[in-house]
Amino acid sequence: MKARVFITLKNGVLDPQGKAIGHALNGLGFESVGEVRQGKVIDLELSGSSAEQAKTELKAMCEKLLANTVIEKYEIELKG
Amino acid sequence: MKSAVVVFPASNCDRDAKVALEQMTGKQPHMVWHQDSELPDVDLVVLPGGFSYGDYLRCGAMASQSAVMKSVKAHADKGGMVLGICNGFQVLTESHMLPGALMRNAGLKFVCRPVGLEVQETQSGFTRHYENGQRVTFPVAHGEGSYFADEETLNRLEGENRVAFRYAEGENPNGSARNIAGILSEKRNVLGLMPHPERVVDDVLGGTDGRKLFQSLIETLS
Repeated sequence: MKARVFITLKNGVLDPQGKAIGHALNGLGFESVGEVRQGKVIDLELSGSSAEQAKTELKAMCEKLLANTVIEKYEIELKG
Repeated sequence: MKSAVVVFPASNCDRDAKVALEQMTGKQPHMVWHQDSELPDVDLVVLPGGFSYGDYLRCGAMASQSAVMKSVKAHADKGGMVLGICNGFQVLTESHMLPGALMRNAGLKFVCRPVGLEVQETQSGFTRHYENGQRVTFPVAHGEGSYFADEETLNRLEGENRVAFRYAEGENPNGSARNIAGILSEKRNVLGLMPHPERVVDDVLGGTDGRKLFQSLIETLS
């Protein structure tokens, strides 16, 4: 089973990298760009076939290592 | 005072810490590899600066999962003292031994220069030799040292007098919340700070403002 985890900064946490990306896009002439927030994507392969179990495990992985829940939130996506 | 310095892959201030401890205590600290699950019998554990595990995932995140950190936590739980400098501070927050997180500097640049600090709290084994409000200069060298915590945590830290060091007015190099440069644990036996006191214990290296931190530890632990 494959999974994708999205890790982004919580709302209200300052994201200087996102801000710099936004400025750079504006500088390139993309004037429609307002606020930009950046994050990371982690792709994982898991053994086992139970989606329920995979979700429980992924949640534990996020809480223990993949995300720092003081500043980050995460979303889990399972792929077939 | 018996001490140990933990060495992670890509620690790069471990020798600075060793030299400072040797010079200040007259004793060789134990150098402990991150895979060692047991600590020698020591009073103080230092988590040094550097880029442990190449800062993969987040600064300090991988190091917080290493074998030695279980023993470092156990040492702190028993009241043993732990000093985390720079990357060591990041490891302490990632290990939940200190609250909050260290984020990318607000200016996005790696900042490497001496900064002015104020000693905010002298009621601790790390700072008792300083005067309250004393201005000191320690070097900083980090790209991810912007201290963040939610308002409630910040209020609690201040309410419990756990902000040991603050960047002086106009000196905040990284956008840290409330100019926080270093904080104490609830039991006040763990200190994490971004600036480097171990780099200012000898005039030859540009200053001696860090000596009092080590003198405080020596008095507390002997």
